[in-house]
Amino acid sequence: MLSFKLETRPEASQLMSYLSPLIAVLLTVLGGLLVFSALGKDPIEGFQVFFLNPVRDWYGVSELLLKATPLMLCAVGLAIGFRANVWNIGAEGQFIVGACAATGAALLLEDVSGPQVLLAMVVAGALGGAAWAAIPAFLRTHFNANEILVSLMLVYVAQLLVSWLVFGPWIDPEGFNFPQSKMFSDSALLPMLVEGTRLNLAFVIALGVLAIGYVFMQKSFLGFKMRVAGEAADAARYAGFSAKLMIWIGLLAGGVCAGLAGMGEVAGPMGQLTDKVGSGYGFAAIIVAFVGRLNPIGIFFASLLMALLFIGGEQAQQYMSLPSSISKVFQGMLLFFLLGSDLFINYRLRVRRTLTKAGA
Amino acid sequence: MEQSLFSAILFATLVAGTPLIIVALGELITEKAGVLNLGAEGTMAMGAVAGFAATHYSGNPYLGVLAGMAAGALMSLLFGLLTLTFMANQVASGLALAIFGVGLSAFIGKPYESLTLQAVPAWRIPLLADIPYIGSALFNQQSLVYFSWALLAGVIWFLYKSRAGLILRAVGESPASAHSIGYPVIRIRYLATLFGGAMAGIGGAFLSVFYTPLWVEGMVSGRGWIALALVVFATWRPLRVMVGAYLFGGVMITQLFVQGSGLNLEVPSQLLSALPYLATILVLVLISRNQQTIRLNSPQSLGQPYRPDA
Repeated sequence: MLSFKLETRPEASQLMSYLSPLIAVLLTVLGGLLVFSALGKDPIEGFQVFFLNPVRDWYGVSELLLKATPLMLCAVGLAIGFRANVWNIGAEGQFIVGACAATGAALLLEDVSGPQVLLAMVVAGALGGAAWAAIPAFLRTHFNANEILVSLMLVYVAQLLVSWLVFGPWIDPEGFNFPQSKMFSDSALLPMLVEGTRLNLAFVIALGVLAIGYVFMQKSFLGFKMRVAGEAADAARYAGFSAKLMIWIGLLAGGVCAGLAGMGEVAGPMGQLTDKVGSGYGFAAIIVAFVGRLNPIGIFFASLLMALLFIGGEQAQQYMSLPSSISKVFQGMLLFFLLGSDLFINYRLRVRRTLTKAGA
Repeated sequence: MEQSLFSAILFATLVAGTPLIIVALGELITEKAGVLNLGAEGTMAMGAVAGFAATHYSGNPYLGVLAGMAAGALMSLLFGLLTLTFMANQVASGLALAIFGVGLSAFIGKPYESLTLQAVPAWRIPLLADIPYIGSALFNQQSLVYFSWALLAGVIWFLYKSRAGLILRAVGESPASAHSIGYPVIRIRYLATLFGGAMAGIGGAFLSVFYTPLWVEGMVSGRGWIALALVVFATWRPLRVMVGAYLFGGVMITQLFVQGSGLNLEVPSQLLSALPYLATILVLVLISRNQQTIRLNSPQSLGQPYRPDA
């Protein structure tokens, strides 16, 4: 008789930690096919609509990169915190406040033209996100308040803030009372990278931030300290690394990046601020950060995958009359499968032939 | 006039606090066993959509509650599988559960979005309901309000008077010791997790079947997270969960009454709507300020995986 036993590996498996996301993707695709069949849809068609159609031409690829941009920005910031066990899950709120701050700059500099407008918006977006993240950081370092719950509560507050702004002071006077700001002037819009697409400079900024994140996390002493703090809190304390500093950096990094992503949304595809500006990128970025193994290179690929799921959901709504929220189901499945297969990083399965009781 | 306003606010406060009590007491039991399940928001959303669907098809709100309970238990089973069997990180798995539940409920709930249910009549308790001032607010209530009181009594009895509760707390304080004297740590943690999920499911079903009688995507609107904050606020003590839940219910309802009263306040309505979330932050700050209280009261092994090496 065969018996399975879980056995602790003497050392965490490097190979498994890279394989695990791939296994999770594979299982998610398989799960997706099952979901499609369960819904009475042709799984092959579902697979095509979800995973192939979005990238079948260059325009599709540009849309994929456009969607991936806020995801990779938010995720790289979160990863810096997650590595140090700083659980900022309010990127969605920081994204919204960054978008609001950037909009503020754009409206203020309406009559100015030139690159300084965009520069001001970038700074405002980053500061806005950072300010929103500074609240949980301050409350955690001074009052020990749990950053998970505080950063999350602030998502709801941010949503109400943007709703107040676009229904109230910033409402477009010619907007037929729709909850939206004025359209931005041309100098407040990010320049396009490729003619005829919506892919804009934000993508380049995101790549730059990924590179900075890589250097910070893998090559800098501070990044190393943060990793130690996350993996061995006692060792970090013994070495005298300041836990408060880690919390501040972890949260502010997340806030700056999410704020930049929010700026990229209003100055990019949206071209104005609306109450729908937070469309779940901040939450999806949590999944991106994990699937990307909290590593900027991994995050790049994970954000492409998540963007594919987002676009696939829209396509499924259009061509298969499925609610677009199906993409969230797939996103959740992806994270579950990842967390599950991560078991084999630290454990291995031992299959043994044992004697049955009758034979003994 | 003033008396009826008071009665109406009290009535509504109890109703608004009820899902928080039910969910937070469930989470309390889970956490007492050492398991930190952050997925309450998603679990509630699944309970809400399952409860709504079951009530819609059967016409019986209590079948809806049962369906919500089952959906919640299933969600927490998934969480248990990940964290207790697959040893995954509890924080990450809880977040996954929250995101997944919110997404899946939106997906499943699409066809129900424009439907409404019939309001469930209140249960009037004779005599008690005639007490002046408070009687009709307290004793002419939704059945689940009474359920939340019974649940509180049950949880207090279980945790502090029963042997099983003692074992549960031992598992949460020191799983290794509990294991060494022969208690099945993982099984107990599974049961505690399932109970928490079932309660979160009931809390969700209460929202969609009793509270608003309709289903809208995102209708849980942070209550799951607030319930998690309540457990911290209550420093893991059941009676304080109830006090906290009614405080929150009071904040939610008062701001609604102010918004609906037509009082011409110079305050944007969004600021009023933000009050419950700001209040959550405030109480977290107040209670966490004293690190010793938290350390003394929180289960020692909270959030830490345990795998018996046997």
